[in-house]
Amino acid sequence: MEQRKEEKNKYSIIIPTYNERLNIALIVYLIFKHLRDVEFEIIVVDDGSPDGTQEVVKQLQQVYGEDHILLRPRPKKLGLGTAYIHGLKHASGNFVVIMDADLSHHPKYLPSFIKKQLETGASIVTGTRYVQGGGVHGWNLMRKLTSRGANVLAQTLLWPGVSDLTGSFRLYKKSVLEDIISSVVSKGYVFQMEMIVRASRKGYHIEEVPITFVDRVFGSSKLGGSEIVEYLKGLVYLLVTT
Amino acid sequence: MILLNMIRTEQCFSHLITCTMKHVVKILSILVTISAIWVGLLQTSIVPRSHTWLLPIYFVVSLGCYGLLMVGVGLMQFPTCPQEALLLQQDIMEAKEFLKQKGVDVSSD
Ligand SMILES: Nc1nc2c(ncn2[C@@H]2O[C@H](COP(=O)(O)OP(=O)(O)O)[C@@H](O)[C@H]2O)c(=O)[nH]1
Ligand SMILES: [Mg+2]
Repeated sequence: MEQRKEEKNKYSIIIPTYNERLNIALIVYLIFKHLRDVEFEIIVVDDGSPDGTQEVVKQLQQVYGEDHILLRPRPKKLGLGTAYIHGLKHASGNFVVIMDADLSHHPKYLPSFIKKQLETGASIVTGTRYVQGGGVHGWNLMRKLTSRGANVLAQTLLWPGVSDLTGSFRLYKKSVLEDIISSVVSKGYVFQMEMIVRASRKGYHIEEVPITFVDRVFGSSKLGGSEIVEYLKGLVYLLVTT
Repeated sequence: MILLNMIRTEQCFSHLITCTMKHVVKILSILVTISAIWVGLLQTSIVPRSHTWLLPIYFVVSLGCYGLLMVGVGLMQFPTCPQEALLLQQDIMEAKEFLKQKGVDVSSD
């Protein structure tokens, strides 16, 4: 009689980068430090950063091995949403983690994402800053006010079932991510919100784990502009399409 | 586009159980229900009419208060983590040390 061996989980960590030469090195070190006994790969999707991010990634491949660190660059800056789709095409794991390169998402939380998923069988585990054990560091009053206002508005109007809509530190079953990412059209912050709202509407099992968010130390933020207006547009869009 | 939406809404009503309503439809249904109750109150005049006329204003005001209160409470209890910033600094030092040894370029210019 043949005994089916339980298939081992593999986690593909997709990290989009644009001008993150220092951060990408630090985060890779921290991922290897905190992910000890799981099988994983890091997929760096770099959009032709002029600061030499890709050279650093190649150096990291020498240290950690090319099977652990995959560089999947694109010729020019094409935006975050498509960066995830691009990375996803090259993912060989049955789970996908999405995180930022800028160290706002600390790799020390990866084990708690994985543990939560294993315990609950959830399709998505999303990091939340707004529960016990979570938190934010480095925001001024204005930033906090907009964040709170945006959250109250979204909670009242959308009933999404998760406490942190715009966070982007998440673990997905690969098939689930493939399913929802194709129907998402928003960009910027709204992208993350649309992903989780669509997943929630489709009835996927979503769990949360607390994370802390320290504003980036090195490099500069690439999102910006009229965020509030974009956010409100996104909210209306989600109201009528989901 | 609008026509399409109308067709969709109609489909929603015909298979109310199986079809998922667009979220805006859910919210509108709630508003319509509330308005219907209000009109009912106006007509039956269980409560004095002058009071009933003011109800929508009470409703809007209390909604606004709820929003402001939630934002205010959220701001006051905003979870912060200053110690995490210190821990991150330590992690960064440690990572830089290791990576430099391995010949990875970690110079910050
Ligand atoms: N590949 C790629 N990565 C991007 C792009 N824009 C931002 N990123 C990366 O996405 C992550 C989050 O961006 P960031 O600027 O920190 O956004 P913020 O945290 O919302 O201010 C970082 O790892 C960036 O390097 C882009 O157009 N292409
Ligand atoms: Mg950031």
